[in-house]
Amino acid sequence: MNESLSHIFVDAFLINNFVLCVFLGMCSFLGLSGKFSTSWRMGVSVMFVITVSSILSFGTNLILVFFHAEYLRLITFIIIIAATVQLTEMFIKKKSPALFRELGIYLPLITTNCAVLAVPLFQTTRGYNLLQSTVFALSASGGYCMAMVLLSLVRERTDLSDVPSLARGTALTLVLASVLSMAFMGFAGMGGGQ
Amino acid sequence: MKDTAPNPFVNGLWRQNPTFVQILGMCPTLAITNSVQNAIAMGLATAFVLTCANGIIAAIRKHVPKQVRIATFIAIIATAVTITDYFVKAISIPVYKALGPFIPLIVANCLVLERAEAFAAKKPVIPSILDGAGMGLGFAFGLTCLGTVREVLGAGTFLGFPLFGPNFEPWVLFLLPPGGFISLAIWLLVFASFRERKEAKERAALVEIQHAEVKP
Repeated sequence: MNESLSHIFVDAFLINNFVLCVFLGMCSFLGLSGKFSTSWRMGVSVMFVITVSSILSFGTNLILVFFHAEYLRLITFIIIIAATVQLTEMFIKKKSPALFRELGIYLPLITTNCAVLAVPLFQTTRGYNLLQSTVFALSASGGYCMAMVLLSLVRERTDLSDVPSLARGTALTLVLASVLSMAFMGFAGMGGGQ
Repeated sequence: MKDTAPNPFVNGLWRQNPTFVQILGMCPTLAITNSVQNAIAMGLATAFVLTCANGIIAAIRKHVPKQVRIATFIAIIATAVTITDYFVKAISIPVYKALGPFIPLIVANCLVLERAEAFAAKKPVIPSILDGAGMGLGFAFGLTCLGTVREVLGAGTFLGFPLFGPNFEPWVLFLLPPGGFISLAIWLLVFASFRERKEAKERAALVEIQHAEVKP
Protein backbone atom coordinates (compact mmCIF):
# COMPACT_ATOMS: atom_id res chain seq x y z
CA MET A 1 0.00 0.00 0.00
CA ASN A 2 2.78 2.40 0.92
CA GLU A 3 5.09 1.71 -2.01
CA SER A 4 6.44 4.89 -3.52
CA LEU A 5 5.76 5.56 -7.20
CA SER A 6 9.44 5.46 -8.15
CA HIS A 7 9.80 2.10 -6.45
CA ILE A 8 6.83 0.70 -8.39
CA PHE A 9 8.32 2.05 -11.60
CA VAL A 10 11.79 0.54 -11.14
CA ASP A 11 10.32 -2.72 -9.89
CA ALA A 12 7.96 -3.28 -12.82
CA PHE A 13 10.25 -1.83 -15.50
CA LEU A 14 13.55 -3.50 -14.62
CA ILE A 15 13.68 -5.75 -11.55
CA ASN A 16 10.56 -7.76 -12.30
CA ASN A 17 10.44 -7.09 -16.02
CA PHE A 18 7.19 -8.67 -17.21
CA VAL A 19 8.71 -10.53 -20.11
CA LEU A 20 12.20 -11.49 -19.04
CA CYS A 21 11.72 -12.15 -15.34
CA VAL A 22 8.05 -13.02 -14.78
CA PHE A 23 7.43 -14.72 -18.16
CA LEU A 24 4.32 -12.86 -19.26
CA GLY A 25 3.38 -12.13 -22.84
CA MET A 26 5.66 -14.89 -24.11
CA CYS A 27 3.73 -15.77 -27.28
CA SER A 28 3.96 -12.31 -28.80
CA PHE A 29 7.49 -11.86 -27.44
CA LEU A 30 8.72 -14.96 -29.29
CA GLY A 31 6.40 -14.65 -32.28
CA LEU A 32 6.44 -10.98 -33.22
CA SER A 33 9.99 -9.95 -32.40
CA GLY A 34 11.40 -10.87 -35.80
CA LYS A 35 11.41 -7.34 -37.18
CA PHE A 36 12.09 -4.06 -35.42
CA SER A 37 9.26 -2.21 -37.21
CA THR A 38 6.53 -4.65 -36.09
CA SER A 39 7.93 -5.12 -32.62
CA TRP A 40 7.86 -1.48 -31.54
CA ARG A 41 4.42 -0.94 -33.04
CA MET A 42 3.13 -3.99 -31.21
CA GLY A 43 4.82 -2.77 -28.03
CA VAL A 44 3.16 0.65 -28.22
CA SER A 45 -0.31 -0.80 -28.93
CA VAL A 46 0.08 -3.14 -25.97
CA MET A 47 1.14 -0.20 -23.79
CA PHE A 48 -2.00 1.68 -24.77
CA VAL A 49 -4.32 -1.29 -24.16
CA ILE A 50 -2.70 -2.13 -20.81
CA THR A 51 -2.94 1.43 -19.50
CA VAL A 52 -6.58 1.93 -20.53
CA SER A 53 -7.73 -1.48 -19.30
CA SER A 54 -5.86 -1.02 -16.04
CA ILE A 55 -7.70 2.22 -15.27
CA LEU A 56 -11.07 0.73 -16.28
CA SER A 57 -10.45 -2.42 -14.23
CA PHE A 58 -9.61 -0.32 -11.18
CA GLY A 59 -13.02 1.34 -11.35
CA THR A 60 -14.85 -1.90 -12.04
CA ASN A 61 -13.12 -3.64 -9.16
CA LEU A 62 -14.50 -1.00 -6.76
CA ILE A 63 -18.03 -1.81 -7.98
CA LEU A 64 -17.42 -5.57 -7.63
CA VAL A 65 -16.12 -5.15 -4.08
CA PHE A 66 -19.13 -2.98 -3.22
CA PHE A 67 -21.52 -5.76 -4.30
CA HIS A 68 -19.34 -8.54 -2.77
CA ALA A 69 -18.99 -10.20 -6.17
CA GLU A 70 -15.23 -10.73 -6.24
CA TYR A 71 -15.61 -14.13 -7.87
CA LEU A 72 -16.66 -12.33 -11.06
CA ARG A 73 -13.34 -10.47 -11.16
CA LEU A 74 -11.62 -12.63 -13.76
CA ILE A 75 -14.54 -12.64 -16.20
CA THR A 76 -15.03 -8.88 -15.84
CA PHE A 77 -11.36 -8.10 -16.40
CA ILE A 78 -11.10 -10.21 -19.53
CA ILE A 79 -14.25 -8.65 -20.99
CA ILE A 80 -12.90 -5.15 -20.27
CA ILE A 81 -9.68 -6.10 -22.08
CA ALA A 82 -11.55 -7.55 -25.05
CA ALA A 83 -13.62 -4.36 -25.30
CA THR A 84 -10.52 -2.15 -25.04
CA VAL A 85 -8.80 -4.11 -27.79
CA GLN A 86 -11.90 -3.78 -29.97
CA LEU A 87 -11.97 -0.01 -29.36
CA THR A 88 -8.26 0.33 -30.14
CA GLU A 89 -8.81 -1.60 -33.35
CA MET A 90 -11.68 0.66 -34.42
CA PHE A 91 -9.74 3.79 -33.45
CA ILE A 92 -6.62 2.82 -35.41
CA LYS A 93 -8.72 1.73 -38.39
CA LYS A 94 -10.43 5.13 -38.46
CA LYS A 95 -7.34 7.27 -37.79
CA SER A 96 -4.62 5.42 -39.65
CA PRO A 97 -5.63 2.69 -42.11
CA ALA A 98 -1.97 2.17 -43.07
CA LEU A 99 -0.95 1.26 -39.53
CA PHE A 100 -4.05 -0.91 -39.25
CA ARG A 101 -3.02 -2.93 -42.29
CA GLU A 102 0.51 -3.28 -40.96
CA LEU A 103 -0.58 -4.65 -37.57
CA GLY A 104 -3.21 -6.91 -39.15
CA ILE A 105 -3.84 -10.08 -37.19
CA TYR A 106 -1.69 -8.96 -34.24
CA LEU A 107 -4.24 -6.44 -32.95
CA PRO A 108 -6.99 -8.90 -31.93
CA LEU A 109 -4.27 -11.15 -30.50
CA ILE A 110 -3.56 -8.57 -27.78
CA THR A 111 -6.65 -9.97 -26.00
CA THR A 112 -4.86 -13.26 -25.30
CA ASN A 113 -1.63 -11.60 -24.23
CA CYS A 114 -1.22 -12.64 -20.62
CA ALA A 115 0.71 -9.47 -19.77
CA VAL A 116 -2.49 -7.48 -20.40
CA LEU A 117 -4.55 -9.60 -18.01
CA ALA A 118 -1.79 -9.78 -15.41
CA VAL A 119 -1.67 -6.01 -14.79
CA PRO A 120 -5.26 -5.70 -13.43
CA LEU A 121 -4.83 -8.94 -11.44
CA PHE A 122 -1.57 -7.81 -9.83
CA GLN A 123 -2.78 -4.31 -9.04
CA THR A 124 -5.85 -5.76 -7.28
CA THR A 125 -3.83 -8.30 -5.29
CA ARG A 126 -1.31 -5.69 -4.21
CA GLY A 127 -4.02 -3.17 -3.31
CA TYR A 128 -2.64 -0.27 -5.37
CA ASN A 129 -4.62 2.98 -5.52
CA LEU A 130 -5.53 4.64 -8.83
CA LEU A 131 -2.29 6.60 -9.25
CA GLN A 132 -0.14 3.61 -8.25
CA SER A 133 -2.09 1.38 -10.66
CA THR A 134 -1.57 3.75 -13.55
CA VAL A 135 2.17 4.05 -12.90
CA PHE A 136 2.37 0.27 -12.52
CA ALA A 137 0.53 -0.28 -15.82
CA LEU A 138 2.71 2.24 -17.67
CA SER A 139 6.00 0.89 -16.36
CA ALA A 140 5.09 -2.80 -16.77
CA SER A 141 3.98 -2.27 -20.36
CA GLY A 142 7.00 -0.05 -20.99
CA GLY A 143 9.17 -2.93 -19.84
CA TYR A 144 7.34 -5.23 -22.24
CA CYS A 145 7.88 -2.80 -25.10
CA MET A 146 11.57 -2.45 -24.26
CA ALA A 147 12.12 -6.22 -24.13
CA MET A 148 10.37 -6.63 -27.51
CA VAL A 149 12.53 -3.96 -29.12
CA LEU A 150 15.77 -5.34 -27.62
CA LEU A 151 15.06 -8.87 -28.81
CA SER A 152 14.00 -7.74 -32.28
CA LEU A 153 17.23 -5.77 -32.72
CA VAL A 154 19.29 -8.84 -31.80
CA ARG A 155 17.22 -11.07 -34.05
CA GLU A 156 17.71 -8.76 -37.03
CA ARG A 157 21.45 -9.27 -36.57
CA THR A 158 21.26 -13.05 -36.24
CA ASP A 159 19.24 -13.22 -39.46
CA LEU A 160 22.42 -12.36 -41.30
CA SER A 161 24.70 -14.77 -39.45
CA ASP A 162 25.40 -18.41 -40.14
CA VAL A 163 23.35 -20.52 -37.72
CA PRO A 164 23.13 -24.34 -37.85
CA SER A 165 19.91 -25.26 -39.62
CA LEU A 166 18.80 -27.28 -36.58
CA ALA A 167 18.79 -24.26 -34.28
CA ARG A 168 17.10 -21.82 -36.66
CA GLY A 169 13.77 -20.37 -35.54
CA THR A 170 12.38 -20.72 -32.05
CA ALA A 171 15.35 -22.49 -30.46
CA LEU A 172 17.71 -19.66 -31.39
CA THR A 173 15.19 -17.06 -30.22
CA LEU A 174 14.92 -18.82 -26.88
CA VAL A 175 18.69 -18.86 -26.42
CA LEU A 176 18.84 -15.12 -27.22
CA ALA A 177 16.00 -14.47 -24.77
CA SER A 178 17.90 -16.44 -22.15
CA VAL A 179 20.98 -14.25 -22.57
CA LEU A 180 18.83 -11.10 -22.33
CA SER A 181 17.16 -12.49 -19.24
CA MET A 182 20.55 -13.16 -17.62
CA ALA A 183 21.45 -9.54 -18.25
CA PHE A 184 18.25 -8.44 -16.53
CA MET A 185 19.08 -10.57 -13.50
CA GLY A 186 21.75 -7.98 -12.83
CA PHE A 187 19.01 -5.53 -11.84
CA ALA A 188 17.81 -7.86 -9.09
CA GLY A 189 19.71 -6.03 -6.36
CA MET A 190 18.26 -2.61 -7.24
CA GLY A 191 15.63 -1.12 -4.98
CA GLY A 192 16.14 -3.85 -2.41
CA GLY A 193 16.70 -1.31 0.37
CA GLN A 194 13.20 0.13 0.08
CA MET B 1 -13.66 -32.52 -44.75
CA LYS B 2 -11.47 -35.54 -44.21
CA ASP B 3 -9.47 -35.71 -41.02
CA THR B 4 -5.76 -36.29 -41.54
CA ALA B 5 -5.44 -37.61 -38.00
CA PRO B 6 -7.76 -40.49 -37.19
CA ASN B 7 -7.81 -39.82 -33.45
CA PRO B 8 -7.91 -36.25 -32.10
CA PHE B 9 -6.71 -37.48 -28.69
CA VAL B 10 -3.42 -38.93 -29.96
CA ASN B 11 -3.02 -35.96 -32.29
CA GLY B 12 -2.88 -33.54 -29.36
CA LEU B 13 -0.79 -35.78 -27.18
CA TRP B 14 2.02 -36.38 -29.66
CA ARG B 15 1.79 -35.34 -33.32
CA GLN B 16 0.66 -31.76 -32.65
CA ASN B 17 2.11 -31.51 -29.15
CA PRO B 18 1.34 -27.95 -27.95
CA THR B 19 4.70 -27.38 -26.31
CA PHE B 20 7.20 -28.95 -28.69
CA VAL B 21 5.46 -28.78 -32.08
CA GLN B 22 3.01 -25.88 -31.98
CA ILE B 23 4.94 -23.80 -29.42
CA LEU B 24 1.78 -22.41 -27.84
CA GLY B 25 1.02 -21.38 -24.28
CA MET B 26 4.58 -20.37 -23.54
CA CYS B 27 4.02 -18.24 -20.42
CA PRO B 28 3.11 -21.04 -17.98
CA THR B 29 5.50 -23.39 -19.78
CA LEU B 30 8.43 -21.19 -18.85
CA ALA B 31 7.24 -19.71 -15.58
CA ILE B 32 5.83 -22.65 -13.65
CA THR B 33 8.26 -25.43 -14.54
CA ASN B 34 10.85 -24.86 -11.81
CA SER B 35 9.63 -28.01 -10.05
CA VAL B 36 8.00 -31.20 -11.33
CA GLN B 37 5.11 -30.94 -8.89
CA ASN B 38 4.14 -27.45 -10.05
CA ALA B 39 4.49 -28.50 -13.68
CA ILE B 40 2.11 -31.44 -13.25
CA ALA B 41 -0.42 -29.35 -11.30
CA MET B 42 -0.36 -26.58 -13.91
CA GLY B 43 -0.64 -29.10 -16.76
CA LEU B 44 -3.65 -30.81 -15.21
CA ALA B 45 -5.37 -27.48 -14.47
CA THR B 46 -4.92 -26.41 -18.10
CA ALA B 47 -6.10 -29.82 -19.35
CA PHE B 48 -9.27 -29.48 -17.28
CA VAL B 49 -9.98 -25.99 -18.63
CA LEU B 50 -9.31 -27.10 -22.21
CA THR B 51 -11.64 -30.09 -21.95
CA CYS B 52 -14.50 -28.11 -20.34
CA ALA B 53 -14.19 -25.15 -22.67
CA ASN B 54 -13.93 -27.29 -25.81
CA GLY B 55 -16.99 -29.33 -24.80
CA ILE B 56 -19.20 -26.30 -24.03
CA ILE B 57 -18.08 -24.37 -27.11
CA ALA B 58 -18.73 -27.34 -29.38
CA ALA B 59 -22.18 -27.75 -27.87
CA ILE B 60 -23.25 -24.15 -28.54
CA ARG B 61 -21.24 -23.55 -31.73
CA LYS B 62 -24.32 -23.34 -33.96
CA HIS B 63 -26.05 -20.70 -31.84
CA VAL B 64 -23.19 -18.18 -31.65
CA PRO B 65 -23.09 -15.41 -34.28
CA LYS B 66 -19.74 -15.14 -36.02
CA GLN B 67 -19.03 -11.54 -34.95
CA VAL B 68 -19.18 -12.15 -31.20
CA ARG B 69 -17.69 -15.63 -31.15
CA ILE B 70 -14.29 -14.63 -29.71
CA ALA B 71 -15.92 -12.74 -26.83
CA THR B 72 -18.25 -15.68 -26.17
CA PHE B 73 -15.38 -18.17 -26.19
CA ILE B 74 -13.39 -16.02 -23.79
CA ALA B 75 -16.33 -15.70 -21.39
CA ILE B 76 -16.77 -19.51 -21.40
CA ILE B 77 -13.05 -20.07 -20.87
CA ALA B 78 -13.01 -17.52 -18.04
CA THR B 79 -15.86 -19.39 -16.33
CA ALA B 80 -13.96 -22.69 -16.54
CA VAL B 81 -10.83 -20.99 -15.21
CA THR B 82 -12.71 -19.45 -12.27
CA ILE B 83 -13.98 -22.92 -11.34
CA THR B 84 -10.42 -24.32 -11.52
CA ASP B 85 -9.09 -21.42 -9.47
CA TYR B 86 -11.44 -22.08 -6.54
CA PHE B 87 -11.03 -25.85 -6.95
CA VAL B 88 -7.23 -25.74 -6.60
CA LYS B 89 -7.56 -23.35 -3.65
CA ALA B 90 -9.88 -25.84 -1.94
CA ILE B 91 -7.63 -28.87 -2.53
CA SER B 92 -4.18 -27.56 -1.68
CA ILE B 93 -3.14 -24.14 -0.46
CA PRO B 94 0.65 -24.73 -1.03
CA VAL B 95 0.09 -25.63 -4.69
CA TYR B 96 -2.24 -22.64 -5.06
CA LYS B 97 0.44 -20.33 -3.65
CA ALA B 98 3.16 -21.85 -5.86
CA LEU B 99 1.16 -21.43 -9.06
CA GLY B 100 0.20 -17.91 -7.99
CA PRO B 101 -1.23 -15.68 -10.69
CA PHE B 102 -0.75 -18.31 -13.37
CA ILE B 103 -4.04 -20.10 -12.70
CA PRO B 104 -6.18 -17.03 -13.51
CA LEU B 105 -3.84 -16.40 -16.42
CA ILE B 106 -4.93 -19.66 -18.10
CA VAL B 107 -7.68 -17.43 -19.56
CA ALA B 108 -5.04 -15.70 -21.64
CA ASN B 109 -3.28 -18.92 -22.61
CA CYS B 110 -3.23 -18.82 -26.39
CA LEU B 111 -3.46 -22.62 -26.56
CA VAL B 112 -6.98 -22.65 -25.09
CA LEU B 113 -8.38 -20.02 -27.44
CA GLU B 114 -6.56 -21.55 -30.41
CA ARG B 115 -8.16 -24.96 -29.84
CA ALA B 116 -11.57 -23.35 -29.37
CA GLU B 117 -11.24 -21.44 -32.62
CA ALA B 118 -9.53 -24.14 -34.69
CA PHE B 119 -11.31 -27.25 -33.47
CA ALA B 120 -14.27 -26.85 -31.13
CA ALA B 121 -15.95 -24.15 -33.22
CA LYS B 122 -16.23 -26.55 -36.16
CA LYS B 123 -16.55 -30.07 -34.79
CA PRO B 124 -19.17 -31.99 -32.74
CA VAL B 125 -19.01 -32.36 -28.97
CA ILE B 126 -17.31 -35.76 -28.47
CA PRO B 127 -14.30 -35.18 -30.75
CA SER B 128 -13.90 -31.70 -29.26
CA ILE B 129 -13.74 -33.09 -25.73
CA LEU B 130 -11.21 -35.71 -26.89
CA ASP B 131 -9.17 -33.00 -28.61
CA GLY B 132 -9.22 -30.84 -25.48
CA ALA B 133 -8.14 -33.74 -23.27
CA GLY B 134 -5.40 -34.79 -25.70
CA MET B 135 -4.03 -31.27 -26.11
CA GLY B 136 -4.23 -30.70 -22.36
CA LEU B 137 -2.38 -33.90 -21.52
CA GLY B 138 0.17 -33.19 -24.25
CA PHE B 139 0.70 -29.78 -22.64
CA ALA B 140 1.07 -31.44 -19.22
CA PHE B 141 3.61 -33.83 -20.75
CA GLY B 142 5.61 -30.94 -22.17
CA LEU B 143 5.57 -29.10 -18.84
CA THR B 144 6.68 -32.23 -17.01
CA CYS B 145 9.61 -32.78 -19.42
CA LEU B 146 10.75 -29.22 -18.85
CA GLY B 147 10.14 -29.36 -15.10
CA THR B 148 12.20 -32.56 -14.81
CA VAL B 149 15.25 -31.00 -16.45
CA ARG B 150 14.99 -27.85 -14.39
CA GLU B 151 14.37 -29.51 -11.04
CA VAL B 152 17.03 -32.23 -11.47
CA LEU B 153 19.72 -29.81 -12.60
CA GLY B 154 18.67 -26.79 -10.56
CA ALA B 155 17.90 -28.38 -7.20
CA GLY B 156 19.20 -31.95 -7.51
CA THR B 157 15.79 -33.38 -6.61
CA PHE B 158 12.88 -35.08 -8.37
CA LEU B 159 9.40 -34.46 -6.92
CA GLY B 160 11.17 -33.29 -3.77
CA PHE B 161 13.34 -36.40 -3.28
CA PRO B 162 17.09 -35.76 -3.40
CA LEU B 163 18.69 -37.70 -6.26
CA PHE B 164 22.39 -37.12 -5.75
CA GLY B 165 24.62 -37.34 -2.72
CA PRO B 166 25.15 -34.47 -0.26
CA ASN B 167 28.15 -33.23 -2.27
CA PHE B 168 26.00 -32.24 -5.25
CA GLU B 169 26.23 -28.55 -6.00
CA PRO B 170 22.87 -27.46 -7.50
CA TRP B 171 22.99 -25.50 -10.73
CA VAL B 172 20.75 -22.70 -9.48
CA LEU B 173 20.65 -20.94 -12.84
CA PHE B 174 18.15 -23.56 -14.05
CA LEU B 175 15.61 -22.49 -11.42
CA LEU B 176 15.92 -18.83 -12.43
CA PRO B 177 14.26 -17.28 -15.51
CA PRO B 178 17.24 -17.74 -17.92
CA GLY B 179 17.24 -21.46 -17.15
CA GLY B 180 13.64 -21.70 -18.32
CA PHE B 181 14.51 -20.26 -21.72
CA ILE B 182 17.65 -22.40 -22.06
CA SER B 183 16.03 -25.70 -21.08
CA LEU B 184 13.12 -25.17 -23.47
CA ALA B 185 15.64 -24.40 -26.23
CA ILE B 186 17.47 -27.65 -25.42
CA TRP B 187 14.25 -29.68 -25.59
CA LEU B 188 13.33 -28.07 -28.92
CA LEU B 189 16.78 -28.92 -30.30
CA VAL B 190 16.44 -32.53 -29.14
CA PHE B 191 13.08 -32.88 -30.85
CA ALA B 192 14.31 -31.11 -33.98
CA SER B 193 17.27 -33.47 -34.25
CA PHE B 194 14.92 -36.47 -33.96
CA ARG B 195 12.77 -35.06 -36.73
CA GLU B 196 15.77 -34.30 -38.91
CA ARG B 197 17.16 -37.82 -38.51
CA LYS B 198 13.79 -39.33 -39.38
CA GLU B 199 13.46 -37.14 -42.48
CA ALA B 200 17.01 -37.96 -43.57
CA LYS B 201 16.24 -41.68 -43.27
CA GLU B 202 13.06 -41.26 -45.34
CA ARG B 203 14.96 -39.29 -47.97
CA ALA B 204 17.67 -41.97 -48.16
CA ALA B 205 15.02 -44.65 -48.58
CA LEU B 206 13.38 -42.61 -51.36
CA VAL B 207 16.70 -42.17 -53.21
CA GLU B 208 17.33 -45.91 -52.99
CA ILE B 209 13.94 -46.68 -54.48
CA GLN B 210 14.57 -44.24 -57.34
CA HIS B 211 17.99 -45.81 -58.04
CA ALA B 212 16.45 -49.24 -58.07
CA GLU B 213 13.86 -48.04 -60.57
CA VAL B 214 16.37 -46.34 -62.88
CA LYS B 215 18.98 -49.15 -63.07
CA PRO B 216 17.08 -51.93 -64.79
